[in-house]
Amino acid sequence: MSTTMIALSHLAKQFGEQTVLKDINLTVNGGEIVGLIGPSGAGKSTVIKVALGMEVASGGNAAVLGTTMPNRELLGQIGYMAQTDALYETLTAQENLKFFGLMKGIKTADMNQAISHVAQVVDLTPDLNKRVAGYSGGMKRRLSLAIALLGDPELLILDEPTVGIDPALRRQIWAELGRLRDVGRSILITTHVMDEAELADRVALLLDGKVMAFDRPAALKEQYGVATIEDVFLKAEGVEA
Amino acid sequence: MRTIAIMNRVLKELFRDKRTLALMFVAPILIMLLMSVIFNTNSTTDVNVATVSVSSKLNEELGSLKHVTVKSYDTKADAKHALNQETVDAIVQKSGKNYDLTYANTDSSKTTAVKLAFKNALTATSISQLKSALKQSTTAVAKLQAQLALAQKAANGPTTSATNHVNAVTPKTSQSNNAPKVTNHYVYGDQDTGYFAKMLPILMGFFVFFFVFLISGMALLKERTTGTLDRLLATPVKRSSIVFGYMLSYGILAILQTVLIVLVTVWLLGIEVVGSLVSVVLINLLLALVALAFGILLSTFANSEFQMMQFIPLVVVPQVFFSGIIPLDSMADWVKDISYIIPLKYSGDAVNEIIMRGTSIFKLGGDIAVLLGFLIVLTVLNIVGLRRYRKV
Repeated sequence: MSTTMIALSHLAKQFGEQTVLKDINLTVNGGEIVGLIGPSGAGKSTVIKVALGMEVASGGNAAVLGTTMPNRELLGQIGYMAQTDALYETLTAQENLKFFGLMKGIKTADMNQAISHVAQVVDLTPDLNKRVAGYSGGMKRRLSLAIALLGDPELLILDEPTVGIDPALRRQIWAELGRLRDVGRSILITTHVMDEAELADRVALLLDGKVMAFDRPAALKEQYGVATIEDVFLKAEGVEA
Repeated sequence: MRTIAIMNRVLKELFRDKRTLALMFVAPILIMLLMSVIFNTNSTTDVNVATVSVSSKLNEELGSLKHVTVKSYDTKADAKHALNQETVDAIVQKSGKNYDLTYANTDSSKTTAVKLAFKNALTATSISQLKSALKQSTTAVAKLQAQLALAQKAANGPTTSATNHVNAVTPKTSQSNNAPKVTNHYVYGDQDTGYFAKMLPILMGFFVFFFVFLISGMALLKERTTGTLDRLLATPVKRSSIVFGYMLSYGILAILQTVLIVLVTVWLLGIEVVGSLVSVVLINLLLALVALAFGILLSTFANSEFQMMQFIPLVVVPQVFFSGIIPLDSMADWVKDISYIIPLKYSGDAVNEIIMRGTSIFKLGGDIAVLLGFLIVLTVLNIVGLRRYRKV
């Protein structure tokens, strides 16, 4: 349980002249949900890109599952869900799942079982053979999550998974994330919705390319002497609440 | 394994997009049908013929034909000048008893019209010559008969000499009846040049290039903008598998498209393919792969479908200009140099050789090598280029 899934130490990233990340120190341990919160443009997506190996750190070190990223083979053990739904609309949900399953390296023999399992988790079993183009926004999000869950990865990296969806579905997704955490999976999730951050085990406040604070939500509130994470955030930012 | 999965997925997506598919298969056929109709039916063109030292009789006969205007020139140089100025379409010159015909041949229908007119006029002239010769000999015979009758009355000896005289006339007639030799010269092309026939191999390649370039470029662009490329790259898939998966699927599509286009041109438009159809398909497949790699590469420089469309006038249209539809011989050297970087030039050359001369594909190594070169360079660039989206 105490194994370190993600370890980012003194991570820095520059795109040309622009410095996006200055000094990021972040760990995700086995069986916990870490929320990464921060305003738009704070560098949340860049942290995720470095963790996935899509970008290489300019400084510091990024290790995932004990291996320094980027590493292609390791991606098979990570479930990733992006801000956009990123689905093939002309294909059915089943075909989308099968395609990404093959890409992740799930064996053909285990494929059907894996697909029906994740479809059940996100409650899409009856709609598996419909084309994605006919899906509602919520169904697309759920399918997107199902793809991330394929192959039962030890680590989930979710980039704003609940953006633009209704509260019922958001609650549903968080409930599912909680269940996954309880069976020992680790989750790194970005969000800019503050009350979501309360649901995470630990929260990292990302501001100006730096992690301003990183602790349990309760501890953070205590430390800043405020009632909500939102207030913590505003105080850290230097804005009077 | 992943390559095959990507190929399957791309094909599945393509075959569900009925409109794009229809565009790829129906549009080329439609355009080719239209072109064959437009370029092959305007046979009632008016032609201007220059004549040099041709008998007035032939001049008259030529001029009396419909759609033919005759202008007589004193020297060949004058006529040549007129031909270059495009005031006349052909020159008829008599040298000795033979004819030299020079065609501008920029419009094959005009060349055909002149050929036909000249043949008719020549036949008419020789018939009238024959007639007059016949008349001559008939009068000679009549005269002889009269003489013969006289002689018979007088004596019995001269009969043989009269027959000899008739015989003496006959060779003269047959000599003038001896058909004159006609030699044809072409300023451009040769007697096989039909405009559509010359364009066809290039057109075929153009359709393959155009559609594969555009649709594959759009497809990868869509992967990028919808985020599926990111998601794909967040799996352990190799970058090369993505590029090869696309190549396989679009290669299959290009084969289908080429086969269809070739069959339509052969059976519907009656174009003769001298060489092997398989070779034609193979060359076009190679071209399609080049177009695919090119489309994928350029799609990385486009941020939207509309920006992808902007490559059409920049990349696709110049291909046509330099592909050989318009002869490059007469162009400036630097223009000719540009044509060497145009993939369509090489496939057009190769397919032209196969269709018109029946050249074996094994003798077209040069063209194929250049196309393969394009393909390899572009493919490597694509695989390396995907690094922009994932660093391993």
